[in-house]
Amino acid sequence: MWVVPTIPPALYLMLSGILFTIGVIGVLTRRNAIVVFISIELMLNAVNLTFITFSRFLQSIDGVIFAFFVMAVAAAEAAVGLAIFVMLYRSKETINVDDINLLKW
Amino acid sequence: MAENFGILFQWLIFLGVAFVSIVASLLVITRKNPIHSALFMVLTLLCVAVLYVLLHSPFIAIIQVIVYAGAIVMLIVFVIMLLDLETELRSRLKIVYSKVIGGFVAVLFLFGILYTVVAKSPTGQTGSYTTEKMASDVKTVGEALFTEYVFPFEITAILLTAAIIGAVILSKKRT
Repeated sequence: MWVVPTIPPALYLMLSGILFTIGVIGVLTRRNAIVVFISIELMLNAVNLTFITFSRFLQSIDGVIFAFFVMAVAAAEAAVGLAIFVMLYRSKETINVDDINLLKW
Repeated sequence: MAENFGILFQWLIFLGVAFVSIVASLLVITRKNPIHSALFMVLTLLCVAVLYVLLHSPFIAIIQVIVYAGAIVMLIVFVIMLLDLETELRSRLKIVYSKVIGGFVAVLFLFGILYTVVAKSPTGQTGSYTTEKMASDVKTVGEALFTEYVFPFEITAILLTAAIIGAVILSKKRT
């Protein structure tokens, strides 16, 4: 009898890797600080997908807990990061990451 | 035969959602208007939430929709509306060699990941949380969170409090 195989974990991991790489390319190429921030969230999301995949296929709860903490840290990062963007825009009138180079030498 | 149809349905959902999430994330990094990027980000996050449901983790899927799509992207959209980004829209994309090399290295790492994943299926010690036990997902996660992981959980509370206070102090008008 013909049996359909279940979805292998490799496919989830490949999708996660592709999403992570798209996030990396976004961080490298975009100059708008908010889009860079969105790309970082995309990378965190891809890593969460990997955690949940391994949690499911290795039958462990640790991945779910880790994904939970990653989301909490992402929320905190969003609050502080966006406050920094607003303050930068107030003082420098731009959020282009090429123009913000105070710490560069 | 019924299981076959169920698994076939899962395959269809997985392939469709994976395709949509990849296309949406590509649109996130290519759209000029940051509002469009944020809205395509919502689409990507919802697709990944569907994948979490396929992976038998409905708790994380719901948290994903509430925290990411609901709170974080909402915050991003608010900040985009607060800032006047008309000049950012008109800035042209410059081709810089460091960016091209960086993107090339990133794609190289992607091929490394794909090769590793295809060449060797992930193995390891399997734990005690079988699919039957994960059926009551929220209860299981809550139990683990408040017994084994209670210390990191409390640290997260301190982190969130510090982040809120930091955000308020940062955005306060200087007197």
